[in-house]
Amino acid sequence: MATIDIETEAGQREALERMLLIREFDGAAGQRFADGEIPGFVHLYIGEEAVGVGACAALEPDDYITSTHRGHGHCIAKGLDPKRMMAELYGKREGYCNGKGGSMHIADVDAGMLGANGIVGAGPPLATGAALTASMGDGDRVVLAFFGDGAVAQGQVHEAINLAATWSLPAVFLVENNQFGEGTPVEKQHNLEDLSETAEAYDIPGFTVDGMDITAVYEAVGEARERAADGDGPTLIEANTYRFRGHFEGDQEPYRDDEEVDRWRDRGPIETFEQRLLDAGVLTEDEIEEIHEEARAEIEAAIEFVDEATDPDPSEAYEDMYAVAVPELQEFAGGSARTDGGVDGGERQ
Amino acid sequence: MSTESDTGGEVANTETMTVREAIREAMREELDRDEDVFLMGEDVGVFGGVFDVSGDLYEEFGEERVRDTPISEAGFMGAGVGAAATGSRPIVEIMFADFLGVSMEQVMNQMAKMRYMFGGKTEMPVTVRTTEGGGMGAASQHSGTVHTWIAHFPGLLAVTPGTPAAAKGLLKSAIRSNDPVFFFENKMIYERSGEVPTDPDFTLPLGEASVEREGEDVTVVATQRLVGESLDVADDLDGDVSVEVIDLRSLYPLDTDTLVESVEKTGRLVVADESPLSYGTHAEVLTRVLENGFFSLDAPPERVGVPDTHVPFSPPLEQEVLPGGEDVRAAIERLV
Repeated sequence: MATIDIETEAGQREALERMLLIREFDGAAGQRFADGEIPGFVHLYIGEEAVGVGACAALEPDDYITSTHRGHGHCIAKGLDPKRMMAELYGKREGYCNGKGGSMHIADVDAGMLGANGIVGAGPPLATGAALTASMGDGDRVVLAFFGDGAVAQGQVHEAINLAATWSLPAVFLVENNQFGEGTPVEKQHNLEDLSETAEAYDIPGFTVDGMDITAVYEAVGEARERAADGDGPTLIEANTYRFRGHFEGDQEPYRDDEEVDRWRDRGPIETFEQRLLDAGVLTEDEIEEIHEEARAEIEAAIEFVDEATDPDPSEAYEDMYAVAVPELQEFAGGSARTDGGVDGGERQ
Repeated sequence: MSTESDTGGEVANTETMTVREAIREAMREELDRDEDVFLMGEDVGVFGGVFDVSGDLYEEFGEERVRDTPISEAGFMGAGVGAAATGSRPIVEIMFADFLGVSMEQVMNQMAKMRYMFGGKTEMPVTVRTTEGGGMGAASQHSGTVHTWIAHFPGLLAVTPGTPAAAKGLLKSAIRSNDPVFFFENKMIYERSGEVPTDPDFTLPLGEASVEREGEDVTVVATQRLVGESLDVADDLDGDVSVEVIDLRSLYPLDTDTLVESVEKTGRLVVADESPLSYGTHAEVLTRVLENGFFSLDAPPERVGVPDTHVPFSPPLEQEVLPGGEDVRAAIERLV
């Protein structure tokens, strides 16, 4: 059974909750980054919520996903805890990666989230590998790879899809076409009308769907998941969406104008979904406002959680490298790169 | 041929086998022992491996566990990483180490960093087997020795066996390890034979060097093909110079203690490794000894390796750049 049954009214409400949680999370992350509280870069998912939530809703809880550097939305869609995510953005010990990953690398393998990824196009080969494990084990676990339109230009993506297609692995490849590869529009990166046309090269099904419509994404991924679980191999889905924010926060966005952004905002995935739920009588204005407030409150709680969170001790920089204790590293963890005395080899191995 | 040999007071069953057979036997035993282990790479299955290392493992274990891949190093290296992160124990074969270049994104940014970046919450039990070295007239793109890249990169372990026993024991440890281990096979030693323990639980720890021959005057720290060639030189010089030969076995972790203890005894050091001389294995071995045993050295150390060139095609050119026993002998003679 899918994680969220979007056919039901309860499922639709839950899907809206997830989308709003993503928007509130990323809104807060953007603000906190602008305030100078969050180090590094953050890449926000605002505008693309229907893709992540629609896709993950159609997966089973045990399924795996791989993600991109724009991964906050995928994490929340997969059910990760915004508190520990926010702590990771702040580099705190309580974060998902103990502060070693940050925004671009949030992962929770036990929850089926194989990592946001700072390398464009690196996720699909990992997904193929996870699907390989699934194909050799029991059960019908499926792996979905999220990747961007920019990644479709990368060789390793095609190698991964070719492997999965050749071996009929239980994988779903989902291109989030947010219209830009970093600062370059998609039409300057590809000679294709629809990126899903690449599926023809592997003789696998390929579809382009409206990525601003959560139902369209949900249905396409649901069918692809079923095909994968039945042993019929991978599917390539392109979801057309739009990045409302810059490539990274602070991006001056010289590559687009306000008119284009406004045009896409009019089709905002949350706004249109809310209108549909109102029109269908699934939710009232008050109920929708209530869901907004709940999402805000949950993200407020995440920020409060971070306020109480702790910085890692510097010695933790030497932890988590290897499963075995490597003598070279133990020495650094002890606070010195050199042994005392030297000649006897002492603590060194 | 099976024999019983005395190994430090314990009697162990051994068999004479080549490095190739030792590697194949290690894979066979581990495929047999653990159903999560599988092998994949170009032509490892039906073909049996381009150097016949996997032999009949395909017939024995089937196409799912001895898996032929398309020619796509980035794709199947990445698949190995994803499989390892989700509970499998892949052995990924890269036909020639030069081709590692094609897959390095997955090696450097995924395999090496995942465990660390995830705060230790995943394991990465991948073994990467690959062939290194010149001597076959295969020219620069099929003769490289690149283990220094891997040993230099945090998050990876790198081993370079010089004997059949080391090959078997280290490969079994690599497959059982929860860390990514690169296993570098010098293609010119596949035919080298020696005694190998037959106990399926025989393993050798990663990170321990082996004193293959004791001596008093000079320490030769060697890897791969140069272990055997250094032992031959030591035999030749026996009576004139007493040479201690160490098979380094593991580049990372590096067994500093064994190196320093040896140099404390001999006072002289030659490092022999078939890789480019600058910024590499030689430099690291020397640094470890200098940091921990500087005052034990009676003479400046010597390096034997590839001058900073690629390996050329023409046999006389190839022989010019590849280090061998004569280079080790010359280095020893400069020291004593």
